[in-house]
Amino acid sequence: MKPAPFKYIAATSLEHALSLKAEYGDDAKFLAGGQSLMPTMNFRLAQPAILIDLNRIESLGGIRPGDAGGARIGALTRYRTLERDSGFAQMFPLIAEALPHIAHPQIRNRGTIGGNLSHADPASELPAITLALRARFHLQTAKQKRQVEASDFFLGALTTDLQPDEMLVEVELPLSKPRTGSCFMEVARRRGDFAIVGIAAMMTLGDQDECTHIRLTFCGVGETPIDASSAADSLIGSVPTEEAICDVAASVQAIIDPGGSVHATADYQRHVAGVLTERALQTALQRVRDGH
Amino acid sequence: MDTDDHDITVSVNGVCYQRRVESRMLLSDFLRHDLALAGTHVGCEHGVCGACTVLLDGQPVRSCLMLAVQAETHEISTIEGLTDKDGAYHPLQQAMHDHHGLQCGYCTPGILMTMTAFLAENLSPSEDEVREALSGNLCRCTGYQNIVDAVLAAAKRMRG
Repeated sequence: MKPAPFKYIAATSLEHALSLKAEYGDDAKFLAGGQSLMPTMNFRLAQPAILIDLNRIESLGGIRPGDAGGARIGALTRYRTLERDSGFAQMFPLIAEALPHIAHPQIRNRGTIGGNLSHADPASELPAITLALRARFHLQTAKQKRQVEASDFFLGALTTDLQPDEMLVEVELPLSKPRTGSCFMEVARRRGDFAIVGIAAMMTLGDQDECTHIRLTFCGVGETPIDASSAADSLIGSVPTEEAICDVAASVQAIIDPGGSVHATADYQRHVAGVLTERALQTALQRVRDGH
Repeated sequence: MDTDDHDITVSVNGVCYQRRVESRMLLSDFLRHDLALAGTHVGCEHGVCGACTVLLDGQPVRSCLMLAVQAETHEISTIEGLTDKDGAYHPLQQAMHDHHGLQCGYCTPGILMTMTAFLAENLSPSEDEVREALSGNLCRCTGYQNIVDAVLAAAKRMRG
């Protein structure tokens, strides 16, 4: 239960960190909050030769206003920072609602947004939420920058589009449309555990209370966060009824293909996904109508 | 292979320590083995149990998920620093004693560090808030009820 030997380098700037990664590639790992990487190193599942500590690069953390009214979150921003920011919670109620489900207070004090997303655990909440919010990921190497949509970032379990010399430096969250209600729910074995099924739902209504947009994403039911928004196509254009929402739940159950585990069979996951779809859409709908 | 050693300066419970550590030394092991502060307990060593919780600049963190070398220039607080200078118990320690909040005691240092930091921010918590704050610390003896009682009693006492 001790990490294998490695060489530790505390990067002093983003440029320093990226030049080290360019030099060492896959032999090196970035160390952000360490709440996923350190356990795997303690178990020796990960044995990086070089550890590039990002924690002293202050410019990598913090929340900045986005170009079109949204927000840009630095990769080194800790969950706790988001949790304590009431303005952020107001702007992104979906994230605020999910944060208490993400591990425990001690973990949230250290864990970072960029670390979580780069780790890309399919049972983790944040990847599914960034997918629902249509987040844009800013990636950078020593030589160039590029942007990737959340829908193109997660390629498989613990696998992302990040190249060996690349770092996720910022997450750009667009502002939701007016009259959008959101809801995050999950079923886990214990508070703070990874979800057996988690759902992030967003519903936008038009002037006549007709549904104009729906985002429906899941964690825990596949190799990546799953976008099942198409299951709600039938809702678009009409005022959502209870019956129509039940049909969406059935359609979600047909779309997803959960893997099952020792803790929950695939059938059980599919059942829970249906139940959560109904509840989350009803809640999101109620929230738009209540005006929050 | 030569070991990758680093000189670090760390403040633990207000005392400044200078040590040379190997980069792979976990903060939990550094506290216990190098500084002989064995009050910080090590349970699962992968961030699940909470026994190793210490305060990093006043915030509870898992010391098994941090490297000692990362504590450089930071303030660490451990269970050894919880009593005041003349050895009097922190109100939460006293309340844990009064309410039979521990049995084997293995989880207790982590729980005390987590909950004293929690009470420092919220002196009037509801029972639900206490349970939420406790959720990252496993106790296999008590069933938590007496710990929750102790935290609520300590909060009441600290409110005065």
